[in-house]
Amino acid sequence: MSALLSVQGLRVEIARRGRAMTAIDDVSFEIAAGEILGVVGESGAGKSVTGTAVLGLLERPAYQAGGRILFDGRRIDTLDDDAMRTLRGKEIAAVFQDPLTSLDPLMTIGDQLIETIRTHLDLTPAEAVERAARLLAEVGIPAPRERLASYPHEMSGGMRQRVVLALAFSCEPRLIIADEPTTALDVSIQAQILDLLRAMCRERGTTVMLVTHDMGVIAEVADRVAVMYAGRLVELGPTAGLLGEAVHPYTRGLMASIPDMHRRDAELAQIPGSMPRPDAPVPGCAFHPRCPRALVRCASERPPTFAVGASQVACWLADPVARSAA
Amino acid sequence: MSGHKDTILSVDRLTVRFDASPSLIKRIVTGAGRRTVHAVEEVDFEVTRGSTFALVGESGCGKSTIARTIAGIQPPSGGSVSFMGVDIAGFRTRHAAMPYRRNLQMIFQDPYASLNPRWRVGRIIAEPILTHRLMQRGSALDARVAELLETVGLAPGDAAKFPHQFSGGQRQRISIARALAANPAFIVCDEPTSALDVSVQAQILNLMKRLQRERGLTYLLISHNLAVVAHMADAMGVMYLGRLVEQGDAGQILARPLHPYTRLLLDTVPDPRAPKRDRARLSGEVPSPLAPPTGCAFHPRCPLANARCARERPLPLRVGAALVACHAVEEGRLPSRPSANENCLATSGDAA
Repeated sequence: MSALLSVQGLRVEIARRGRAMTAIDDVSFEIAAGEILGVVGESGAGKSVTGTAVLGLLERPAYQAGGRILFDGRRIDTLDDDAMRTLRGKEIAAVFQDPLTSLDPLMTIGDQLIETIRTHLDLTPAEAVERAARLLAEVGIPAPRERLASYPHEMSGGMRQRVVLALAFSCEPRLIIADEPTTALDVSIQAQILDLLRAMCRERGTTVMLVTHDMGVIAEVADRVAVMYAGRLVELGPTAGLLGEAVHPYTRGLMASIPDMHRRDAELAQIPGSMPRPDAPVPGCAFHPRCPRALVRCASERPPTFAVGASQVACWLADPVARSAA
Repeated sequence: MSGHKDTILSVDRLTVRFDASPSLIKRIVTGAGRRTVHAVEEVDFEVTRGSTFALVGESGCGKSTIARTIAGIQPPSGGSVSFMGVDIAGFRTRHAAMPYRRNLQMIFQDPYASLNPRWRVGRIIAEPILTHRLMQRGSALDARVAELLETVGLAPGDAAKFPHQFSGGQRQRISIARALAANPAFIVCDEPTSALDVSVQAQILNLMKRLQRERGLTYLLISHNLAVVAHMADAMGVMYLGRLVEQGDAGQILARPLHPYTRLLLDTVPDPRAPKRDRARLSGEVPSPLAPPTGCAFHPRCPLANARCARERPLPLRVGAALVACHAVEEGRLPSRPSANENCLATSGDAA
């Protein structure tokens, strides 16, 4: 499998009061061309920071302290601001939770689309208008030509997120980083936007890194899932397998804590305690204080990544040496 | 539903409208008319003591407005809300409303916004007790606060801390302790876990269920999350554009939904236990409550709508243990639907 995006040993630190706290700790993963990778985790797990690092948008006091990010085989984390900006508009696009962070409230959506298109593609003004209208039609906005003259505030939240998708796809990017793209939307609108995102990506072969806290969204669109916990990647594998039979105790706990529509009266499984914060790191496996199956070594030795079937799992329970001994 | 059950709350033809008109001068200059937001229209339901009644629906459907009306924050424009046999609109003075307020407390979505950041947790929790003159300041009150903190899984020593020293889940525990302080019979829970991570949500939902069991509490749960509703509710009402389109036993509605909106809503919820299943989608968006559609408000998005639906508003009809307002149900035009469990089995078979 040829990876379009390859993140190798990524480490992000946050400088605070002269101390460096680790926000992302040795995270590695790859996304194949045309694949949708879901990155899931609870608040503070580091999933958004990872997306931000790939986009080259880390801001002080956060900075990349180690590792490499490769896009199509080329290292991009060392590019200067200008080169990164060009790459970001054309090859890598971003979709955020709140459409209003991506849209300028003072510009019509037509002007925003046309500006983006003309910055990155060599088109005449008339061709750019044509392309903008076609994009709006494709994302399902009625009367697209008239809508070019609308301002973001004249549209509903769902329509705005459609415009953001049009903007993201406007220069035919190869990679889209979507950070909680449907979290602010109602379920019926969320389903429409996810269907649209999936369809547009499949059609164009666009690769997606989808950052979300919602396992339901992952189940809906992702080919593979990466589960993050306390700045680390704990489990990565194909969606159906991972959601159905997770290996890592954290992933299992997370799945069990989601209420099930079809099993109504059962007590929800709880993960005791809360995730460690970057200013109070935990030695060994970051999950061991909350883990129902922690071994002695979990408290002192950080588990490497073991292959379990098609998944990669950072847990001593998945150690083939231990498993064969047991 | 008649009164033979132990009904604690009865909502009768409740209507709430907001005036969204432009200013008088603007209306005179531009000739624009008055505009009214139809937030809640003729909603009827009853809540049985010791049970959980859930109101579900998408943003703007009026569920939070109903919660605010029942909590006495929002006066109704029409209809009545009767709590423990007393019509809440009838209170002339704050004093007259006090026993009602003691018995009805509220938990909000955002535990960051609903706790006074300048008050210590002990004072936040003691406030309802002092307001309702249930106890005097002193060591007995401190002991009561400590007991409430332990009830919700916090430490007595947390009384001396400020809200910012707690995580979101712990803050929601503080909100629950405050809601319990005056020993209420009824708690209105408006999206109590929507701002929380799932593992924390599980802790809070389990806590709420335990408290209900131990204290015989009644909950009105407002939520857009159908999985949370499935877990918590005994009875439920589905709202669309200010009206209840279907209500009844939660188990029956979730397993065998009748109203086309309820069916599509259930189909739309992403299910982490059934990856990438194919199903019907809800097209279009919720119309503006400034100008609700004629007839059935759902007809522009409904796959079963006909001319009658566009013209005539359907009235609630009893089907089994549910009340459904839909012409298609009444006329027997409703297609059969595989039950949720069969659906699941079919999908997992496909995935394998």
